[in-house]
Amino acid sequence: MPRQLHFSAALDSPGHVRADHYTALARAAERATLDFVTLDDSFTAAPHRPDALAAFARLAPATGRIGLVPAVTTTHTEPFHTSISVNTLDWVSEGRAGWLVTVSGTEEEARAFGRRPVAPPPELWAEAADAVEVAARLWDSWEDDAEIRDIATGRFIDREKLHYTDFQGRYFSVRGPSITPRPPQGRPVVVVALAADDLPERTALATRYADVVLLDAPGPDAARAAADRLRLQAGEQLRILLRLGLALPDRAAADALTERIARTGGVDGFHLVPADPGRDLAAFADRVAPALRARGLLRARYTGRTLRDHLGLARPASRYAAGPDPVAATAPAATRSPAEVSR
Amino acid sequence: MTGRPLKQIHLAAHFPGVNNTTVWTDPASRSQIEFSSFRHLAETAERGKFDFFFLAEGLRLREVKGRIHDLDVVGRPESITVLNALAAVTDRLGLAATVNATFNEPYELARRLASLDHLSEGRAAWNVVTSSDAFTGENFRRGGYLDRADRYTRAAEFVRLAREFWDADGAQVRHAGPQFDVTGTLSLPRPPQGHPVVIQAGDSEEGREFAASAADVIFSRHSTLEAGQAFHADVKRRLAAYGRKPDDLKIMPGVTYVLGDTDADAHERAAEIRRAQVGPRTAIAFLEQVWGVDLSDHDPDGPLPAADPVPDSELVQGRTRLGDPLEIAARWRATAAEKNLTTRELVIELTGRQSFIGSASTVAAQLDEHVQNDAADGFILVPHLTPGGLDDFVDQVVPLLQERGVFRTEYTGRTLREHLGLPSPAGG
Ligand SMILES: Cc1cc2nc3c(=O)[nH]c(=O)nc-3n(C[C@H](O)[C@H](O)[C@H](O)COP(=O)(O)O)c2cc1C
Repeated sequence: MPRQLHFSAALDSPGHVRADHYTALARAAERATLDFVTLDDSFTAAPHRPDALAAFARLAPATGRIGLVPAVTTTHTEPFHTSISVNTLDWVSEGRAGWLVTVSGTEEEARAFGRRPVAPPPELWAEAADAVEVAARLWDSWEDDAEIRDIATGRFIDREKLHYTDFQGRYFSVRGPSITPRPPQGRPVVVVALAADDLPERTALATRYADVVLLDAPGPDAARAAADRLRLQAGEQLRILLRLGLALPDRAAADALTERIARTGGVDGFHLVPADPGRDLAAFADRVAPALRARGLLRARYTGRTLRDHLGLARPASRYAAGPDPVAATAPAATRSPAEVSR
Repeated sequence: MTGRPLKQIHLAAHFPGVNNTTVWTDPASRSQIEFSSFRHLAETAERGKFDFFFLAEGLRLREVKGRIHDLDVVGRPESITVLNALAAVTDRLGLAATVNATFNEPYELARRLASLDHLSEGRAAWNVVTSSDAFTGENFRRGGYLDRADRYTRAAEFVRLAREFWDADGAQVRHAGPQFDVTGTLSLPRPPQGHPVVIQAGDSEEGREFAASAADVIFSRHSTLEAGQAFHADVKRRLAAYGRKPDDLKIMPGVTYVLGDTDADAHERAAEIRRAQVGPRTAIAFLEQVWGVDLSDHDPDGPLPAADPVPDSELVQGRTRLGDPLEIAARWRATAAEKNLTTRELVIELTGRQSFIGSASTVAAQLDEHVQNDAADGFILVPHLTPGGLDDFVDQVVPLLQERGVFRTEYTGRTLREHLGLPSPAGG
């Protein structure tokens, strides 16, 4: 039997700010038993859209199993706020949150904040890596069993199980611990969009921290080669989803897509980018998903609860859980292995 | 009340998250972090036709003697994210987030609040707070860089700029002021309420002036009749200078309540709750906040420490300063002597935050009395149990307020502004 693939879809639909629009799309994606949906974001005037994390928080209680992966940029947003916001999305969705890590590289965005001039992309992605590192440390900063409610000693928490993150980097420092307890998934799923020949800094962030890469490649061969390269650097736990345009005006297009998916090798699945989200996600759920299920390429129903479950990723232990000594606070970030950091 | 129509009471529900308001030792106490808890309280508040649901904020965990304080409930979510989720499970309830103006940027926060207002169809509110201590600042890029005097200067310009963004309705905003020099365009149309409701929760002269100039609601802490009337009169008097009418600003003190079958039952329960909230170690921690020294060896059931406090100590972090320690200690000693109280009893007395205690009908009558006599326009209720602490109020007190004709029986409006009877801001 062939290996089941992982599927996700972008819900981006310029011009929409109402909750029911996004809820309908997410429900269609859930009908297709996709692993997760994404929503892009930026601090620019166009397109018209709400804050991505806000939109996904709004639809969390209106959906049941689908993973929710909003874009959150790291350039102008405080890393502490990002960490607790994504953490909170995991709480309100009961373990279905992820974070599509992006940067704000335009003059327009820099002027909207008026805090600093626009920086070159390599610097922005290096800073993004620090933001992800800090977020992960803050997620870990409460061990899972930190809340003890011990009536005998009058202690609500065991403070030995709360840890200072003490991050000091080139761009910012964060003392910690988090104000938000460790999220249900331990760490929400970190997602990075990457082109086959992307910037070294962006690729480095992906191979070091990402659980999922949304890969842009010019063709199947380039995709396979890029995926092999990424796996070599990141390890087998990285899920690589190839970005795939989705336009399903009729049955013939659905059949062709099914064939294309079945033929493409070397990746773990696909990130669908609909041309017309309302039409295409419904068509995918109604026509393509059943055909993929018949071939054993798509789950028949959700078997897990969390986004990590869907992706077959283990729930990570807190890096601090081994003992009272906060590992991350003493070891320089660069010398630690990726496995230690993001899994 | 001579022929004057009855004032309508506004009610809000504070989610009892962190600190020692909550009695976590109570068997009915549940999670302060799981979504089901937020959902339960919000659904209860909406069942009771409340104006809004309120979340506080603290951006660093409290410390005592350089260590994380471990006696009270800690661990809370990011407010705006929770409120967006609650917008999906409620229909009319206003959704108020406390968000610090010091550790955020206007463009981003204006956009997040506009998003909440759109996604909830006009139910967003922002409680503007300004704490700027370096202790909290250690979690942020900028650190604790703002002088106390500058906090409200930044906050006031922050709110003005946020409103410029909301009014722009997707057009570009250029703002060059002393605090902010930005040019930006929100990706959203004007929020359904025009401006999300702005709440203020500071008590200083600067705080009151800021509220009079810019806030729709004040979350005050003056919960007795006399103090409430004085505060109410003071703040409402300030409005004219800004071309505003007294009704444009609602004053809603944060209050606790304890219900019982009889008034005596309620008082007995209230005393139990106070003892549960102030355990021996909590009493000592409270004392250390003023004394500024380690008092772990001090007997909570004995008198206050004989030695004087150490001023300017940094022993306790993440809590508002109470004032001059020597003065406070002298005052406390006098109270303890006068009423013959042990250390713990004194702390229970001093931190007594139960504003309304009695049977449902007593509490309903007291609340009404406060509002009709201009000590408040409504209340932000702070229950002591998570998340079921509002159930009894909604089941028992709300119907009595409705019978008195001072509280709505159905929502008549859609937006939070409509619930509060606030004017719609003119278009930009
Ligand atoms: C009832 C009440 C509730 C408050 N809640 C918060 C809060 O949740 N988070 C916070 O950072 N500050 C909170 N504050 C602090 C105030 O916003 C303000 O920063 C503080 O009172 C100092 O300002 P002031 O000098 O004007 O009093 C609260 C204050 C009051 C009176």
